[in-house]
Amino acid sequence: MAAATQHPFSAIKGKKVLMVGAGGIGCELLKTLALSGFQDIHIIDMDTIEVSNLNRQFLFRQTHVGQSKAKVARDAVLRFRPQISITPYHANVKDPEFNVDFFKQFHVVLNGLDNLDARRHVNRLCLAADVPLVESGTTGFLGQVTVHVKGKTECYECQPKPAPKTYPVCTITSTPSKFVHCIVWAKDLLFSKLFGDKNQENDLNVRSGDASSSSGHSEDVFVRKPEEDIDQYGRRVYDHVFGYNIEMALSNEETWRNRNRPRPIYVRDVLSAALSQQNGDMENTKISDDPLSVSAMVSLGLKNPQEVWSLVENSRIFLEALKLFFSKREQEVGNLSFDKDDQLAVEIVTAAANIRASSFGIPLHSLFEAKGIAGNIVHAVATTNAIIAGLIVIEAIKVLRNDTSSYRMTYCLEHPSRKMLLMPVEPFEPSKNCYVCSETPLLLEINTQRSKLRDVVEKIVKAKLGMSLPLVMHGAALLYEVGDDLDEIMVAIYSANLDKVLSELPSPITGGTILTVEDFQQELSCNINIKHREEFDEEKEPDGMILSGWTQALTTENNKNSSAGNGTSTSSQAVPIETVVDDELEILSGETATLHSGKKRKISDSSKASNTSFEEKSKRKADELELDSPIVVLEGSMEKDNGKKKRLQ
Amino acid sequence: MKGEELTEQETALYDRQIRVWGVDAQRRLSKSHILVSGLRGTAIEFCKNIVLAGVGSVALNDDRPVTEEALTANFLIPSDGERVVGKSVAEICSESLKDFNPMVRVSVEKGDISCQSVDFFDKFDVVVVCCYSLAAKRMVNEKCRKLSKHVAFYTVDCRDSCGEIFVDLRNHAYTKKKLDETMECQIHYPSFEESISVPWSSLPKRLSKLYFAMRVIERFEDVENRRHGETTIADLADVLKLRTELCQANSVNESQVPDSLLERLIAGPSEFPPVCAIIGGILGQEVIKAISGKGDPIKNFFFFDAADGKGVIEDILSNP
Repeated sequence: MAAATQHPFSAIKGKKVLMVGAGGIGCELLKTLALSGFQDIHIIDMDTIEVSNLNRQFLFRQTHVGQSKAKVARDAVLRFRPQISITPYHANVKDPEFNVDFFKQFHVVLNGLDNLDARRHVNRLCLAADVPLVESGTTGFLGQVTVHVKGKTECYECQPKPAPKTYPVCTITSTPSKFVHCIVWAKDLLFSKLFGDKNQENDLNVRSGDASSSSGHSEDVFVRKPEEDIDQYGRRVYDHVFGYNIEMALSNEETWRNRNRPRPIYVRDVLSAALSQQNGDMENTKISDDPLSVSAMVSLGLKNPQEVWSLVENSRIFLEALKLFFSKREQEVGNLSFDKDDQLAVEIVTAAANIRASSFGIPLHSLFEAKGIAGNIVHAVATTNAIIAGLIVIEAIKVLRNDTSSYRMTYCLEHPSRKMLLMPVEPFEPSKNCYVCSETPLLLEINTQRSKLRDVVEKIVKAKLGMSLPLVMHGAALLYEVGDDLDEIMVAIYSANLDKVLSELPSPITGGTILTVEDFQQELSCNINIKHREEFDEEKEPDGMILSGWTQALTTENNKNSSAGNGTSTSSQAVPIETVVDDELEILSGETATLHSGKKRKISDSSKASNTSFEEKSKRKADELELDSPIVVLEGSMEKDNGKKKRLQ
Repeated sequence: MKGEELTEQETALYDRQIRVWGVDAQRRLSKSHILVSGLRGTAIEFCKNIVLAGVGSVALNDDRPVTEEALTANFLIPSDGERVVGKSVAEICSESLKDFNPMVRVSVEKGDISCQSVDFFDKFDVVVVCCYSLAAKRMVNEKCRKLSKHVAFYTVDCRDSCGEIFVDLRNHAYTKKKLDETMECQIHYPSFEESISVPWSSLPKRLSKLYFAMRVIERFEDVENRRHGETTIADLADVLKLRTELCQANSVNESQVPDSLLERLIAGPSEFPPVCAIIGGILGQEVIKAISGKGDPIKNFFFFDAADGKGVIEDILSNP
């Protein structure tokens, strides 16, 4: 008889569980935990409820929109299980109150998160507190559940994690070949230039080969002249970015030797004079107090967001949306950042991306599709979340029984593989090279005479190592630290250090130096060996430094399963994955997962799968198909620019 | 389906799932009518999933009064005593389900649906029966098959930490995407009776043992005239005896239906909520596939066992 199914209540009784995330997986998980007899559940989620959650986060109703997910979820579950204890926290799991001591009170931690950053943070706290972690993620019909127990199985960070997809600057500014490139250009460059902080660096006018000539003339173009007619301004911007800039780019013959030449587009070519004059009928636009409801589609009478607009329609939307921003939302201009829930922002980005796509002969897309790509929206359905939540509870019960030999990581597939839709695989042992759960030092190649401490802290310690409250030491000398309890003098010293070149720090960092970086909250400490290197390739090594010894997956743009776009420079992929090859399993984790090929695992590695026929078959298969029968494990990644609102679900 | 657009409300609510299955599938879902009978934990999970997905209507059938037993894996029954007094499980669950999605009509069908006329089933596109006896499964399936309209028929059963789904889509036409191409496909399903009548000796050697174990207990409850799940550990000796008889009659080795598996299926609690969630989730996905005509549906059994963690599809009688 299988231990996993014997008297689940005896294993559950008196056990305290922490759930991180009350979103898609979280709602299902909280319900299944309560029905299964869990009595003491704590749940952390910083998010509030949105309309687009309601199709799957079934504990929430229309009337709850705007309220705390953790609190509403608790109340909803108590209606059918009033006798149990559920403690909600409407807070960020990275808040200092959730320290190692807080984690130590739990017997198991269950993650239903949507971003890599928070997942890594929870992994570290679980390792530090020595509490088992059950990790999960879903995308569309795909999902996975993994178990991480310190010293027994690999930790969440033992396996490479894909980095957010980034594109070379010149692909975005000069040579787009996919629609996603146009979206990145429209969202990160044009939108920021028009409505964002004017002081921010922006590559909008960088043209391949003549970056130097970009500033003078073009800087002024985006500023509306005093008294300038708004229609006039819109046409000027349009002609500049879709006409003049393309014209300029075309002048660099070298770029187009092996590429299709783009077509400059001017307002006069697309819209007749009359049409561009009498654009939208703003008088008929419904007057609303909510700036997020202002819409160029409405004023132009376009209704269907699924429809692909023509170049003319996109041009009219672009001009109309620009006009609406300057007439209805003028006070926001200058400090806007793109938000997928901002209708007008989505409209102008869609239109701009489509006009640019027309120039470059790239197929146009609907607003619905463009919104998905620009907003890193991950498709999600209730069924997958329900299945994954069931699997989490099954693993949690095994963990509470300490039934180590039964732990499994389970993949939920869209297409069966070897007859299986739910495929269990034995967990891996901890990796000896993991900088998080082992003590392997890292190696940083960097130009110590040019790079500043700030570069190391931002690009390495925070972005790559995922530390949120880092401390940097060289021997006994503290170079940098963050915290509430620092006195002003120290704050001043540290901030001065940030702007110093490494070799000029009070305790100089040069080739051969060993740096220690720590995060007290995560109780993570690792050593970084510094190696001085003079030159870096700007395109291939844009950070100007290379960290090795940590497991970052390579991202490949030509992934055959993601032809429609691999996400954006800041983001994750947003197209349904329906083209999974039979013998290959694609697993994504996290409601905002990125499609990237991570480390490949062979089914034969799973060894001792309990069913012999399965084992034999898979061994044979693995022999036959050594190379083309991998399980590609793909895991979540987070949107790095979404700092204003890092979301837990 | 051309010329019809989803309303703004639908587009906003269903945004994330339209990104999975498309607008066409969403439109078809909103026009489908589903009957669910036997509101055990698995059926409840399934109802939640399809109401959230936005089907047109769901009719619930379960006349049991609300008792402790009915509460075990059911999150649709609130614990405030007054609301449930004098009402059936279906009535209480329909009230809760309506709340999940105001765009779905939820109603109650009273009585024993296995005794209904063939015409009764004509108003549904999908019929799901949960924890039904062998005879009742057979009767409902046959009635659905007599209709000229294709009614998708499913049975679901949970015993202890195991679950089973049976699917009968008769002749099902659908599309699927392979690489970047859309393929038109058509498959034929055997009925429930045809499937379970296949001699065991002609089945593949590596068939899930759960298939046989489920048939033995189903047959035992049929012979003994018991309701689903009324078999207990006290019946073990009789169940094992029936197993031996069936194995002999089918010329298969008894090891195909291990003692330990049968023991587990009848000894444990009748429902294990995580398994209900998993089976209810898979069933929800299958019904969405069947209605939308998109993607390979399961043919024709699905098994999940929490003990080994596998969720397996078995094709019994692949050439009816």
